[in-house]
Amino acid sequence: MTTKMFGAPVQRTEDLRLLVGNGRYLDDLGEGAYEAAFVRSPHARARVTGIDVTGALDVDGLVAIYTYEDLSGRVAEPLPLLIPHPALTHGRTAYPLAKEFVNHVGEAVVMVVARDRYLAEDACERITVEYEPLPPVVGIENAHRADRLVHEDVPGNCAAHLVQEVGDAPAAIAAAPNRLELRLDIERSACMPMEGRGVYARWDAADASLRVYTSTQTSTGVRAAVAAKLDLPLDRVECVTPDVGGGFGVKIVHPWPEEILIPWAARLLDHEVKWTEDRREHFISAAHERGQLQTVRVGFDDDGRLLGLDVEILHDNGAYTPYGIIVPIITSTQLLGPYKPGAYRVDFRSLYTNTVIVTPYRGAGRPQGVFAMERAMDAIADHLGKDRTQVRAINFIKPEEMPYDHGLLFQDGRPLIYDSGDFPASLDALKKLVGWDEFEAYRAQARAEGRRVGIGVACYVEGTGVGPYEGGHVQIETTGKVNVATGLTSQGQGHQTVFAQIVADELGVPLEDVTVTTGDTRRFPYAVGTFASRAAVMSGNAIALAARNVKAKALRIAGEALEADPRDLEIVDGHVRVKGSPGSSVALGTVAVLSNPLRYAFDEASQAATQLTGAADFSKPPVAEDDEPGLEGRDYYSPPTATFANGMHAVIVETDPDTAEIRILRYCVVHDCGHLINPMIVEGQVHGGVAQGVGGALYERMEYDEHGQLVNASFMDFLMPYASEVPKIEIDHLETPSPLNPLGIKGAGEAGVIPAAAVFASAIEDAEGFPIVRMPIQPSELFHLRKRFAAGEIPALRRGADHAAGTHR
Amino acid sequence: MTETQIPTEQRLDIRLNVNGVLRTATVTPRRLLSDCLRHDLGLTGTHVGCEHGVCGACTIRVDGKPMRGCLMFAVSAQGHEITTVEGLADADGTMHPVQQAFRECHGLQCGFCTPGFLTVVSAFLEENPTPTEEEAREAISGNLCRCTGYQNIVKSVLRAAEITHERRAEQAEGDAR
Repeated sequence: MTTKMFGAPVQRTEDLRLLVGNGRYLDDLGEGAYEAAFVRSPHARARVTGIDVTGALDVDGLVAIYTYEDLSGRVAEPLPLLIPHPALTHGRTAYPLAKEFVNHVGEAVVMVVARDRYLAEDACERITVEYEPLPPVVGIENAHRADRLVHEDVPGNCAAHLVQEVGDAPAAIAAAPNRLELRLDIERSACMPMEGRGVYARWDAADASLRVYTSTQTSTGVRAAVAAKLDLPLDRVECVTPDVGGGFGVKIVHPWPEEILIPWAARLLDHEVKWTEDRREHFISAAHERGQLQTVRVGFDDDGRLLGLDVEILHDNGAYTPYGIIVPIITSTQLLGPYKPGAYRVDFRSLYTNTVIVTPYRGAGRPQGVFAMERAMDAIADHLGKDRTQVRAINFIKPEEMPYDHGLLFQDGRPLIYDSGDFPASLDALKKLVGWDEFEAYRAQARAEGRRVGIGVACYVEGTGVGPYEGGHVQIETTGKVNVATGLTSQGQGHQTVFAQIVADELGVPLEDVTVTTGDTRRFPYAVGTFASRAAVMSGNAIALAARNVKAKALRIAGEALEADPRDLEIVDGHVRVKGSPGSSVALGTVAVLSNPLRYAFDEASQAATQLTGAADFSKPPVAEDDEPGLEGRDYYSPPTATFANGMHAVIVETDPDTAEIRILRYCVVHDCGHLINPMIVEGQVHGGVAQGVGGALYERMEYDEHGQLVNASFMDFLMPYASEVPKIEIDHLETPSPLNPLGIKGAGEAGVIPAAAVFASAIEDAEGFPIVRMPIQPSELFHLRKRFAAGEIPALRRGADHAAGTHR
Repeated sequence: MTETQIPTEQRLDIRLNVNGVLRTATVTPRRLLSDCLRHDLGLTGTHVGCEHGVCGACTIRVDGKPMRGCLMFAVSAQGHEITTVEGLADADGTMHPVQQAFRECHGLQCGFCTPGFLTVVSAFLEENPTPTEEEAREAISGNLCRCTGYQNIVKSVLRAAEITHERRAEQAEGDAR
């Protein structure tokens, strides 16, 4: 048998080019292209009253200057609202270039095209835009108060108001023996891929066709949008995603203004045009996420069992809603985690502010939801004087209750039904890994040394692999080499490797004979995109199904050649052979030759397939009626519902009694994403997610001042963790396979980041003895909280005083 | 309104020693070294992540020392020996120990920050061929990576040190024979 590739920590094929400087990222393409730069609004809210470009006209190398007035056809219309929803009653999107109003600092007003970027920026500096500044709306509370409006025609600044309920939560809470209310606050962060956005367009005038390269998470989405905006037939537009230097969600948004404007200008100028985002542009004109205010009301019995849960969320969606209300919908549904909430009511308002748009960032609303639920769990445990893991366990959905229907609608508009998971087993594994039961002894020892430590725990469930579908194409060449294509894109997840692993196993070919292409509409034109931890689940299964089709065809053709029943055949190391009789075999490449009847031979091997050689069966046409030439297959995977991965994290922190510095002593992860295709890659995903979680919990925030200026819009001031800030991560895997798909897999991409804010709040609170309700938390904030606590402005945890006795956690 | 004169920029012919090859380019004085390497010399392995010297993606070696390519002008790189990620592997294509280690340990995901880490680590291991885990972590703490959480990069540094020793031992054995 060929060595099984599925499940093996195979080294990545991508690395061979990425490690030697041969990666092809967006800005590595298009030498000789004109380059674009943008004049962007310096005001958070203003009316554009005049644009004077005369100062720029003499700039050496200037090619063109465009303002809104120059835009033509559908390019002059607002950008599409990608995901409409009945509750999104007041969706608004921007124009590619500001028409009359600007609604956040960084909104594009003028596009300059020049011989290179230096010169384009020279011209931008010499363009004068006159603004009539208007008072901006900044901050969720201000947006909700709505003394001022972002969009004059959106009352209350409210883009959407959605309530979902199961049972009568307010009544259940009112009748409960115990009640608590929490007010929680999470600030903004952002994806911050190391490579920003970028677009490069080539117009072929003779062919009337366009090729767009873009650093995106959805090449098919961009292609459709560009074709529609530029009024081109779909078959005249190709979209190719080169190597992408990280996405984390921001690059799923499309079409960005630049993704329309650059192709539009390339056609107009009949010349290649490129735009590469710089870091400041990424801060002020891409997207952020996370900002929410939450009010959680919970009723529970004396064991800590939830009886009713009522959550109100104020969600900051920024200036526009191109991506709809996916983020707050995910918060409201994934908040439930591994628990049965009793009666549940969730009410969110998605609010406009004069800030950068808010669209999914790895985790996509889940970190906020988990924060709400897990803060509530800790509060319940504290209220009842119980161990925090005990309260969680009593509320778990049990393995025997799967599939479990929450009675809600998920982000894909389909029922929220958990398919699998063993939460008690996960919690046991985590407690063992972190040494939960031994922690009080450790705390006592630390205290004796004058150190302050705390432990935290947080659990989550993640709906992964949402539809509608992905597809795969598998083709065996006459050389025996295998070409695989799928439409979704890659941003570093190692798709070329894991999809090759799947195909190598399904077809029985060596891994190195398999080449995978992703995100290229020339190769696979039907796809959705890479988000929601869906690539392995969706494309992995589609490719497996396509490979099975190809295998069936190969066995059929080989059966004819070997005069054997296809059921008696197997493929080993690229050869079809009779089981138990390895001498009787035919190479897959030869099968590929035979699959395609030829008139013209192109090499020695292909002579076998020409019409005048060999014996022919004159009763049949060369290609049977129900057959197609070629040894290839295509298939799609479209699941009825998402598949639900889960995990639990624990962290031990030490807080400095004097400086309030927060040090991570241990970080433990138990993770269940079903069968692992490549454990090395899954662990890498978890590591990276946790690092972003650490950043979001302890360092990163978008600091807007009252004027709507983002005052920390650089890597100098926005504190992303370096190696010195990220702990060593200890991981234990559980594998409860998904019953929903042929490979039994669930998504893994976002997991690591999801419970981080919650688990740090839990641990810091445990160390300090007073509630933590606002994230992120930097040493200065903790320092001030301590002062307020000492002044009696913050109540102590009930267990605070018990720490020395070590009775409760 | 052209009261401000727009001077035509001076263009200078420069000679750069990059990866052991003498290269020429015609650049303006403000041309960043990172842009010159990428767009004038076609060495796009050096990446630009922030253009303000924080992320380290553009790190190259100048006379052996790691430097931010985005904080140097191309004209000021004349007379120095520059090594980019393209110059790390042997002429026969054998990967540098650091490159091999990053592959073995899954020290990269999207690969955008990777060239900066490779140049930094290759220089670090010449100074400290047997680092501890702590020293390895410290050595890479000036470069940002948004994908890996650094754990496998730290592992890669330690593994690269091992590979270097293994290769030296093999070579010594070969020489002895």
